[in-house]
Order: sequence, then C-alpha cells, then structure tokens
Amino acid sequence: MILAAALDSAVAIASRRANRLGSSVYAGRSLVMVERSLMALKTSNWFAVLSGFVEPVFYLASFGFGLGGLVGNVSEGGSASVSYATFIAPALLATSAMNGAIYDSTWNVYFKMHFGKIYHGILATSMGALDVALGEIVWALLRGLAYAIGFMCIVYPLGLVPSTWGLLAIPAAVLIAFGFASFGMAITSYMKSFQQMDWVNFIMLPMFLFSGTFYPLDVYPSWLQTVIQALPLYQAISMERAIMLGQFDASLLWHVLYFVVMIASGLVFTTRRLTALFMR
Amino acid sequence: MISGVKSTNNAMGRLLHLMSDSQLHNGVPSMISARNLTKEYGDFTAVDHISFEVPRGEAFGLLGPNGAGKSTTMRMIAATLARTDGELAILGKEPNAQGPEIRAHLGVVPQQDNLDSELKVHENLMIYGRYFGLSRKFLKGKIDELLDFAQLQDKRDSKVNELSGGMKRRLTIARALINEPEILMLDEPTTGLDPQARHILWDRLFRLKELGVTLILTTHYMDEAEQLCDRLIVMDKGRIMAEGTPANLIREYSSREVLEVRFGSNKNAEVAEQIQGIGERIDVLPDRILVYAESGEGALEELTRRGLEPLTSLVRRSSLEDVFLRLTGRSLVE
Repeated sequence: MILAAALDSAVAIASRRANRLGSSVYAGRSLVMVERSLMALKTSNWFAVLSGFVEPVFYLASFGFGLGGLVGNVSEGGSASVSYATFIAPALLATSAMNGAIYDSTWNVYFKMHFGKIYHGILATSMGALDVALGEIVWALLRGLAYAIGFMCIVYPLGLVPSTWGLLAIPAAVLIAFGFASFGMAITSYMKSFQQMDWVNFIMLPMFLFSGTFYPLDVYPSWLQTVIQALPLYQAISMERAIMLGQFDASLLWHVLYFVVMIASGLVFTTRRLTALFMR
Repeated sequence: MISGVKSTNNAMGRLLHLMSDSQLHNGVPSMISARNLTKEYGDFTAVDHISFEVPRGEAFGLLGPNGAGKSTTMRMIAATLARTDGELAILGKEPNAQGPEIRAHLGVVPQQDNLDSELKVHENLMIYGRYFGLSRKFLKGKIDELLDFAQLQDKRDSKVNELSGGMKRRLTIARALINEPEILMLDEPTTGLDPQARHILWDRLFRLKELGVTLILTTHYMDEAEQLCDRLIVMDKGRIMAEGTPANLIREYSSREVLEVRFGSNKNAEVAEQIQGIGERIDVLPDRILVYAESGEGALEELTRRGLEPLTSLVRRSSLEDVFLRLTGRSLVE
C-alpha cells in the first residue's frame, strides 16, 4: 500500500508542476543538490577546505599587523583615517567570501561535470537544469558564507570593525558569494580542459592584488581606475569597506545591483549550458 | 542467503501488486510510439526517420553496431535529447514539452556507470530518490527492498569504488528502480562484464520483465538479445533494417543452420568459387566461410564430395548474428 502511494508520487510530483512556467528546467528541488553535497561532505578534503579559509587570515596577519606598523593610518577619499589593518580587513573578508564560492563552483563543478558524470545521472531524473545550477551555486555560496563568518569571528574581537553595523558585512558576503558562485559555475560550464581551468587561477591572483585590496584606488591613473571598478572583486571590496567602516550611502545600492545582475546572468548561462550539454 | 531470497520474493510480490494496480487506471495503448523519429547533428543524421511501437510489458531491443543510432534513440526516449523531426510519445506524453513528467516514469541505466563516487552505496539510492522528490521515509524501505533485489545488502555501507563491475551495474539498475518506473531503459547493460556477472544481471532483468516492467535495451551481444528481447529492431546508420521477434528474424533472414568452414586466410576466396551452389547462401569472411543451409551436415557432406578439405568445420543453428551479417554486411562487434 505504501508502495502504491509512492508510485503515484514520483509521477504525481512531476505532473503537479507540469504546467508551471519553466517546468522543463526547474522542478523546485534545488535544495536536494545541497542535500547531496552535505552527504558528500564527509569525503571531502578538509585540508583544501581549511586552506581556502586561512589564506586571507595570513594576509591579515602579515600585511595588516606586519606591514601595517610601517604604513600607519590610511584614508580613502574624504573619509576618516583608520589603521591599516582596519582598512584591509573588509577587503579580506570580501576575498574570503569569493574564495569559498569560487572553489566549489569551479574545480568541484568541473570534476562532477567531466569525470564523475554526476549531472548526467541527475538530469535523467525529473530534476531540471536550473535545479542543478541553483543547488550547486547555493552550496558554493554557503562555503563562501562560512569563510566570511569565520573571518568576521577573527576581526571583530580584534576591534577591526569600528561599528556594530559592520556586522551587516555578513549578509553582504552572502550576496558576494552568490555572485561569484553563479558566475564561477557559468564560466566552468564552458571549460573543456584543465588548461582552461588554470585561467581561473591566473585571473584570480591579480584581481585579488589590484582591486583596492591593500591600498586606495586613487594611486592608479583614472583609466585604470575605471577598468578596476568594473571587476567584481573591486565591487565586493568597496561594498564591504563601506559597510564595515560605516559609510552607508546610495553607492551601496549600485554594488548590490552589480551583484544581482551577476547572480542572474550566471544562473541563466549555467542553466542554458547544462541544458545544451546534457539535454540536447 | 535464504532469508535474502525470501525477502526479495516478498518485495517483488509487493512490486507486482503495484504494477497491476497502475495498469488499471492507465488507458494508454502503447508505452512508446515513434513515427519518423529523426535526430540530426548538422549534416550528420544519427537517427533517420525510424518508426516503432512498444506495448506495455514488452522487452524491446535495439540492436546495431557502434554508431548505429541506438544510444541517440535511447536518449530521445529518455527525454534528455530533443529530436530534430518526427513524432515521439512516451506514455502518451510529448518529451520536448513534458520532459520532467516523462522522466518520472522512467528508470535509466546508462552505458557508462555514473554512480556518485562521493557517496556510499545506500546513499546513492537515497539521493537518487530525493532527486525525484520522494520522501526519506518512503525511500528507507525502498532502499532495503532494492538492495535485496540487487543482492547488495552486505555492501550497503561500502564506497562505490570498492564494488566490482557487476555490482556497480546492479547498483545502477537498483538506482534506476528507485522511482518504481514503468519503463526501464538499459544501454548496453552487460558490456564489460564477465559471464557470471552477465547471468546474474539477466536473471534480475527477467524478474523485472515478469513483473510487467517494460524493458528497452540496446546491446550488441546477440545472445543477450535472444535471451531477453520479445521483439527487436536491427539498426544501422540510423535506419531500421529489420523488425521482429528473434525467432522470426532468424527465420526470415537466415537459414535453419550454418556451416562454418576455414581453409586458411589465403585460400578462402579461391575456395569460395568452388563451393557455389551449396546451401542457400554463402558469406565469405576474412577468416572463414559461412554456408547457410537447411542442414549444415548435408552441406559439409556436399563439400567433401567436391573434394574440398576444410581445416576446421562447425555446424550450428542460425543466430541473430547471422541476421545482422546479412542485413548490414558486417559483424556486430567491430
């Protein structure tokens, strides 16, 4: 009897959604992907997980407290001057969120796509491509969020966040991680070889070094400033710095909009690409 | 072991009950109906206007050499590949528009195992059920039943990579049954398995067939097709070359018996001229000559009467392999 009810359900579950908009790509079960990742968590490489987190912490220790002693206070634009460690902490928090999100959405996704053939199996069920895309992106964003929270747990007690409002940096980190995860998975879905995957690292390092992470952007000529302002990590750093230093103004909304667009376009491209790869 | 068998039968009994149940409120005449089904990739036509029907409960085979279009056809049926042209209905549903609904009815066993190597055996079944939206509570019982069926109960906590090839296949089949599908699609289910593992697998597939599950399978093993398929189509270059039951195909396209003789690679062609007229038909292969005849022994006698002395000779019944050779001019496994 139980069985009969369940037969109904596999088919009934799918037919309940049948007439909804987008039912061919979305079954409303993206969280099952997160469930899968939780199950797989115990077999993951904890050293790799940890190393992604400690990297920004090491930068904070060496640059913020080591180099920071030589640098003294810093001020950007017209804002009040703050200690060097306080200045770079928001940038490193943004980088933490990015690192966590990128790691899962690029290398792990690449492996599942080309070696594990995991998505093949999943898309043979009543799941849709958007379920897979969204689920994997949410998982990657959770990792970014975890890194950001971990980083906050270090910098807040150290007094590097002047106002309690600075804790809003955590929800902002969700947005940042979501954006990078979405964009990262979209790019990865177009990658065909390990060589191409290396480009990700090749782009990440300079972006980390030059996005206003360690010094204000006004040291650059204006054309270069424009280029850097277009980069996602600059947007992330700039948003986190404004929040953690308490400079709330309308420019924050532009950063938010930037990430909303990044998230949406990443989702659209990933879904299209997964459909093209596995369903066509 | 005995208790395992017992619980398997019990589980199967319940499954059977369920199958007949679902048949009652389903007035769809055929499970799969394809008319002029076509798939093109640019200039290349992988599947070329093929038509067939599969009624409920049938074991339907797609035979053909590599590149014949079998897997492409399978993927179109499984609603994971959009067709270029023609009509296709699975349980009366249209795969281009109702993909997720159709896939909820299906169990798919792909050519290459794509089990989740990051998860354990029972977790693989659990998460696959979750992909269909089934509840954890229901899946717990179902997983037990399927592990019995696949004879993997003592491997439930093993990692996937620790399983043998045959066990992996059985797990993949168990996984495909998690949503209690009405149609089970198997793409070359026993390729790469040793003979014992193949027989275990055939036995499991037989049981499913007895329960009324419609089986669609591709293979390039003739014995497999003869063992499992009620009816089959022979495909080559995207087209259907022949259709029928294994016995009918053999009757129609081959003789009752076949005499295989070898004269050595260099002499086969030369000898071939001298044996014209013996049997119904002669096929000269690089390594041997096949003489199709009502009686193989009779053909061999005639051969010796003409003064020909083959190095080796073998008389056997005609098989699907011969049908295939006749239809496509080449052997199945190239």
